[in-house]
Amino acid sequence: MNDIVEGLWQAARLVVTLDSDLAEITLRSLQVTVTATAIASAIGLPLGAWIAVNRFRLRRAVIIMLNALMGLPPVVVGLIVYVILSRSGPLGVFGLLFTPTAMIVAQTIIITPIIASISHQAIRELWADYHDLLISLHATRRQRIATLLWDGRRALMTAALAGFGRAIGEVGAIMIVGGNIDHATRVLTTAIALETGKGDFGLALALGFVLIALAIAVNLALHMLSGTERGSRW
Amino acid sequence: MMFKTALAAFSALWLATAAGAEELKMAVTTSFANSGLAEVLLPEIQADTGIEVQLLVVGTGQALKLGEAGDVDAVLVHAKAAEEAFVAAGNATHRREIMYNDFIIVGPSADAAGAGGAGSASEAFAKIAGTQAPFVSRGDDSGTHKAELAIWKSAGVEPAGDWYRAVGQGMGAALNTAAGMDAYIFADRASWLNFANKAGLALVFEGDPALFNQYAYLPVNPEKHAHVKGDAAKALEEWLVSEKAKGLIEGYQINGQQLFHFNAEAM
Repeated sequence: MNDIVEGLWQAARLVVTLDSDLAEITLRSLQVTVTATAIASAIGLPLGAWIAVNRFRLRRAVIIMLNALMGLPPVVVGLIVYVILSRSGPLGVFGLLFTPTAMIVAQTIIITPIIASISHQAIRELWADYHDLLISLHATRRQRIATLLWDGRRALMTAALAGFGRAIGEVGAIMIVGGNIDHATRVLTTAIALETGKGDFGLALALGFVLIALAIAVNLALHMLSGTERGSRW
Repeated sequence: MMFKTALAAFSALWLATAAGAEELKMAVTTSFANSGLAEVLLPEIQADTGIEVQLLVVGTGQALKLGEAGDVDAVLVHAKAAEEAFVAAGNATHRREIMYNDFIIVGPSADAAGAGGAGSASEAFAKIAGTQAPFVSRGDDSGTHKAELAIWKSAGVEPAGDWYRAVGQGMGAALNTAAGMDAYIFADRASWLNFANKAGLALVFEGDPALFNQYAYLPVNPEKHAHVKGDAAKALEEWLVSEKAKGLIEGYQINGQQLFHFNAEAM
């Protein structure tokens, strides 16, 4: 219990004094995860919509695969990305291992299935409502997907936020591919693991509280910008 | 306005990861990183040589693996036999001893096994095994783990059973585990002195020469991996064996105790 109080106190102190190390790793956490979420959304949202409006032979299998991949173990993704990006691996010439880029790649792989699955589910229900209308307007396939993505934007934001949430708190994969290098690839979650290893639970908890606050702040900001959850609307 | 400032800071950080001074990636052991010596040395290295050393903190086993794959430019570890095999395999150009510190045996402050009264490290281990007192092992193929296994061997004990718990984690995590179950553990002095969660543990045995822990620097062979920064690795080695490095290493203290002894020889 003492550790938790100490952690809260330290968190407050770090934030109020604008600790430069804290600012650096917090910004890097955001940089990596926001980029990964943006890329994963660019792939996952259209993919989810495409699967919802198209009928093809392996559709059911693809949906099942996507749902199953939501549970991809980060540590395995990390290991695979590591082996591929290592100097002795197939993409070793780019020298990407132990850089933020490698962390973005790993997180993108982890959250794309989540975003695709949730958006597919949301779009499918919307498609049931819009089907007759869009068909009668002779909308092309591209126009249908664009309409559905736009009208389903609130549900799709939830999909993106679910991906963001998974990525921002993830430690297994980015520890392996990033290496937790001070001033290069250290982010909030890997710093927490490091401080726990040093037995400094107060600081580890403080970083944990900052991480939770960050996740809440990002969600709040997005909701305010998109104008959802207003009092006048159900 | 706030938004613009935040955006500027954000994009600066985005770019900062791409550019920068000459970077050199060095794999080091957890025991070295936990000692805190790196925080003293790295800024001085950057000021003197312009090299920004990026540390990858892993166990000795993984550090050598990173060097073998060419993912780092140099390695600083402490497991002589493995290091010599590493050089023999052509992964490093040579092995240069830099400094040493020592291992200690940590245990419950009551010391029920009486390890503190032993005459040697292997006798202390034999006593712990004899009473089947809980013992936490790193179990991760690190330099510390290898040193621990060597002492079990010299004690003539095959460590196995309920009392012997291999956690397969770094020094800090293993110390946390030992603190949680009031167990004996084999640790390096630096990690122990810097460890904040000592709980009911205390240092029970130290001083046996068998516990000396030699650190060596191994520059990864540029002939094997063309992208390795051989010149920077050489400049770093020259700095590490310099008089200035000697002063900083010997002068580094935690709670008034000197941790590392410089013993690099001129080549």
